[in-house]
Amino acid sequence: MSTEKSIWKKALDWHEERLPIISWIDHSLGTKYPVPRNLNYWWNFGSLAMFMLAVMIFSGIFLAMNYTPHVTLAFDSVEHIMRDVNYGWLIRYMHANGASFFFMVVYIHILRGMYYGSYKAPREVLWWIGLLIYLAMMATAFLGYVLPWGQMSFWGATVITSFFSAIPGIGDSIVTLLWGGFSVDNPTLNRFFSLHYLLPFVIVGLIFLHIWALHVPGANNPLGIDATPADKIPFFPYYVMKDVFGLAVFVVIYFTAVFWFPNALGEAVNYVKANPLQTPEHIVPEWYYLPFYAILRSIPNKLLGIIAMFGAILILFALPWLDTSRVRSGNFRPVFRIFFVVWVIDVLILGWVGAQPPEGIIPTIGLIGTLWYFGHFAVIMPVLGWVETPKPLPASISQSVLKAAE
Amino acid sequence: MANTAHAHAADPAGETRRDFLLHTTIAMGAVGGAMMVWPLIHSMNPAADTLALSTTEFNISGVAEGQRISVMWRGSPVFVAHRTPAEIEAARKVQLSELRDPQTDEQRVTKGKDKYLIVSGICTHFGCIPQGVKVTEPRGEFGGWFCPCHGSQYDTSGRIRKGPAPRNLAVPPIKFLTDTTVLIG
Repeated sequence: MSTEKSIWKKALDWHEERLPIISWIDHSLGTKYPVPRNLNYWWNFGSLAMFMLAVMIFSGIFLAMNYTPHVTLAFDSVEHIMRDVNYGWLIRYMHANGASFFFMVVYIHILRGMYYGSYKAPREVLWWIGLLIYLAMMATAFLGYVLPWGQMSFWGATVITSFFSAIPGIGDSIVTLLWGGFSVDNPTLNRFFSLHYLLPFVIVGLIFLHIWALHVPGANNPLGIDATPADKIPFFPYYVMKDVFGLAVFVVIYFTAVFWFPNALGEAVNYVKANPLQTPEHIVPEWYYLPFYAILRSIPNKLLGIIAMFGAILILFALPWLDTSRVRSGNFRPVFRIFFVVWVIDVLILGWVGAQPPEGIIPTIGLIGTLWYFGHFAVIMPVLGWVETPKPLPASISQSVLKAAE
Repeated sequence: MANTAHAHAADPAGETRRDFLLHTTIAMGAVGGAMMVWPLIHSMNPAADTLALSTTEFNISGVAEGQRISVMWRGSPVFVAHRTPAEIEAARKVQLSELRDPQTDEQRVTKGKDKYLIVSGICTHFGCIPQGVKVTEPRGEFGGWFCPCHGSQYDTSGRIRKGPAPRNLAVPPIKFLTDTTVLIG
């Protein structure tokens, strides 16, 4: 009897012969995907990022059912969602705070890759696609922030689209093209809504490529050495369980913010309806853009400021070659570890500078922070690879564990 | 495809009629695709009704000496200042060599209407509205306008004097239809 195939198994086999989707999932994120056995909790943040993308897409679809992308109605339709729509407040707070949590998770994911050298050969393309996802996220978040049509929405949109006016010669025509008029107005709001709905699905496509590029070399690990088949365990059930545990912890923190501190990361002035005749006293972007905003403001030339701001992200694409060390994991690079921490502190200082009015000592701190930011990649990383003596690497993952046990 | 093409390869260069047809087809497809892109891009430019709203008429006689007002033009404010003799004097005694975007005050006003300064109210840095229309607002070190976003300062001729903005406040197309009626745009 046990040798007899069940009807379900037969049906599944019939289907798999025609469309092997179950085996495809099993190879992608299941029992047929071998992963190094020594991943620590910093490796949880990829799955958390995917979870947040799903939360953003689902909450966004339901928000769009009650939102009106028109300058006279947008602000009121958001208040309608908050006050009248059943659980509208919950869906909107999940979406608004979800953006912040998505960025937090992705920033940790990027920092993990930078510390453990996950961008190094043979994972450069994986790193690039990750950066493209990050750029698409920044664009999506900016477009979405404009939709509630508050004061900060309007003036943030004005300032950020005006960045393109720095392009010599054709800058002003490009800005008019982006606006669909001579100022940020209804045509701008309409197209921002359209693109804000589109880009998350572009991100979904990029994530497929990201995971594909991950599967070719396989996952990096905290030791940064290539894992032998004996040092790998299947993704399901081991890492699925670990990711689910991490998710449970994360969701508690996320919903603590949604329920008890939903406006902690927002700007009060965005609850004032957009007024094209009145710029708010102090324009600040959302926290996840602040370091880049500080870099922009620290350079007292419009075009150079723009170049530096975009350059701060574009330089990351060259990181696999700017880092000349062959050792991946920061655990075996005693000097790199220190500079890595200094760089993270530098980015945090830049973030703080970006939130301050540009007066007194602030622009000077911003300029020093900007120079250090670029110096870290352009000078420190290449030189470190040549002068630093890394600690001896273990022969295998299991060897490092057995040694520790002795 | 490649095999069949080779079977027909008569001349030694390997170019066949089939290659020619393939390349012209690809070229025509590319040209057709490119032609389709322009309507899509141009659809994002200002629409006819937006362009139709691009002139504004107003009466300037209500602006008293020393007073400044904002007039809406193409969705953004235009500053209209009825300048005092002291303000005009301050704007005219500046040396051109001191200016980032050198322009004399005379170049920025209508001849015979020198007391009226009419300039766009959009900061040339990143498009914020500078403060200084109301007397209670900060006007910066040069008595003109002060942009709160990134600290650009303009003088009583609307010229950039300090801060990150690269150009003077733009002078829109202006026409005095009568002594008191002004057409912008």
